[in-house]
Amino acid sequence: MDFATFLVQCLNAVQYGLLLFLVASGLTLIFGIMGVINLAHGSFYMAGAYLAFGIAPLFGQNFLLMLLVGVALSALFGYLLEWVFFSFLYQREHLQQVLMTYALILVFEELRSILVGNDVHGVKAPDWLAGSIPLGELMTYPVYRLFASAACIVVGLGLYFVVNRTRLGMMIRAGASNREMVRGLGIDITQLYRIVFAGGVALAALAGMIAAPMSSVYPGMGGHVLIISFVVVVIGGIGSISGALIASLLVGFVDTFGKVFFAELSGIGVYLLMAVVLVWRPEGLMKRGY
Amino acid sequence: MFQRSTPRLAVAAAALALLLAGAAQAQQAPLKVGLMLPATGTFAALGDMIEKGFKLYVQEQGGKLGGREIQYFKVDDESEPSKATDNVNKLIKRDQVDVIVGTVHSGVALAMARAAKESNTLLIVPNAGADAITGAQCAPNIFRSSFSNWQPGYAAGVVAAGKGYKRAMTITWNYAAGQETVKGFIEAFEKGGGKSIKDLSLPFPGVEFQALLTEIAAQKPDVVFAFFAGGGAVKFVKDYDAAGLKRSIPLVASGFLTDGTLEAQGPSAQGILSTLHYADNLDTPRNNAFRKSFALTYKANADVYSVQGYDAAQMLGAGLVAVKGDFAKRDAMLAAMNKATIDSPRGKFSLSPQRNPVQDIFLRQATGVNNEFRGVAVKALADPGRGCKV
Repeated sequence: MDFATFLVQCLNAVQYGLLLFLVASGLTLIFGIMGVINLAHGSFYMAGAYLAFGIAPLFGQNFLLMLLVGVALSALFGYLLEWVFFSFLYQREHLQQVLMTYALILVFEELRSILVGNDVHGVKAPDWLAGSIPLGELMTYPVYRLFASAACIVVGLGLYFVVNRTRLGMMIRAGASNREMVRGLGIDITQLYRIVFAGGVALAALAGMIAAPMSSVYPGMGGHVLIISFVVVVIGGIGSISGALIASLLVGFVDTFGKVFFAELSGIGVYLLMAVVLVWRPEGLMKRGY
Repeated sequence: MFQRSTPRLAVAAAALALLLAGAAQAQQAPLKVGLMLPATGTFAALGDMIEKGFKLYVQEQGGKLGGREIQYFKVDDESEPSKATDNVNKLIKRDQVDVIVGTVHSGVALAMARAAKESNTLLIVPNAGADAITGAQCAPNIFRSSFSNWQPGYAAGVVAAGKGYKRAMTITWNYAAGQETVKGFIEAFEKGGGKSIKDLSLPFPGVEFQALLTEIAAQKPDVVFAFFAGGGAVKFVKDYDAAGLKRSIPLVASGFLTDGTLEAQGPSAQGILSTLHYADNLDTPRNNAFRKSFALTYKANADVYSVQGYDAAQMLGAGLVAVKGDFAKRDAMLAAMNKATIDSPRGKFSLSPQRNPVQDIFLRQATGVNNEFRGVAVKALADPGRGCKV
């Protein structure tokens, strides 16, 4: 493999990793702060993609505006969903949470099938992002993928800022460390959870919206992402956003280079990585720090 | 005197009535057809089209095949091979169907073929191309109305070799359908003097192609052969174009890359050559009539999957008509199905000794929202049915 190709593969790995980070960060927040195993997280990713498919015609070239509106809508949806459904799960044991959120997956899949049908759809990237940058003689790299990576970095930085530099972030970190204490200090933990959940849903939906022009929109697209997100969360450490970042980049590299060098085994590469990390550091790479 | 013989007369009359009713029941009881198709997952749209095609033929025959009404039982196979045996047993053991029609995913279909062989249930496969279904796993009660994975791959290899390409790369999912299609391509391509320099694959149903596309750009082959279907096909075509490869390295594909997906793929798919046993704009009276009937009934454009479902019903109908609906006359019915010439929208075809269609494979080019007919790639191509001992 020559150096130019190697660089491009690194670019591919980083881009894939960053998108995973967006999904996994939402999952790790929900898992870490609220202790809820949310299997429906992949469905939120799918919902974001289908939302993009649905509202893209309304916004035409205003792609960023569409993303903002989509984020707002999904946050609202997450807020309501937490109120109506997830708030009942906190006291339950993990198995019950798994069962109930799995049921939610089935409900979402059916709803999607009823409302939008089972066809595969495409979402067009806006013209200002539709070009390609030549890399080497044959290959061009789509500008949209660079935009996707940039968007993920921006959101990641925003997340870091919120969690580490704002009052809300302080409460989130406190809630992750010791729920009872936070309640004892008079902070409205219910509202906090609702906001965090809405944030997690919005992150997953945003990832789906960003991914839609690249990966197209099809039934079952949430399932694969969900499993890999859980792998990322486990490797990175439950509740740790920086862990999710490191883990998703690791997964991105293992997946990308695994495909090139070990085609038949590339499927298990990521899981091998998870197994190795769990043997070495059972709590994940970043434990519960931020 | 009346008192003593009446009970006996009554019993005799009742028995006779029951006998007649029973005979009438047997003649008119609906035929149980179990549809095991994907209703969820990446192949959901394909399962839907197959079902629509099947039901269209039955509807055109007045709702009956060979005089028998059809009663449908449905199971969603989720394209999940690990659940396949349980799912097909729902139809065989719980619903006790007479005929099973399914499915899309080759891995699932192989499990269904095993179960059908064991229970001696008639199975008609309206899509799954696993070579083994009419090869190593064949059985007298297993028919296919679609294709074997080898067929479109082989035809694509003939096309690619015919165009003078010498170095090819193949890319597909790492499962039965992908591997067998690629094997067919390599067989014909090498026979034509070419060579496959590298065979790329990724686990089903992964859609992260970037790494592999970069590898293709690095190796610079003369031509790339791809097999993907459904959601993955849409993404691959768009990624191939976005990576700039479409302009420099020609793409030849098994027709599933562009079937039912052109609308989602948009300009990225334009001009792609593919080989398949069907082309949307085949200008024959039979195809035109079929497409019109389909469009009127379902307000959608027919595709290869609906044709395969339609022909599965035709096959079953041919058998039932020959025995006048008497499903119990198994041997006569199977013999009729084996000998039948199916008047398909793709053109008339008959079955190979292993019960796979012997059919023309067409060369098509994606134009607008249709795969347009460009000629016959290989005429009357029969799958060799390797390993079939029945």
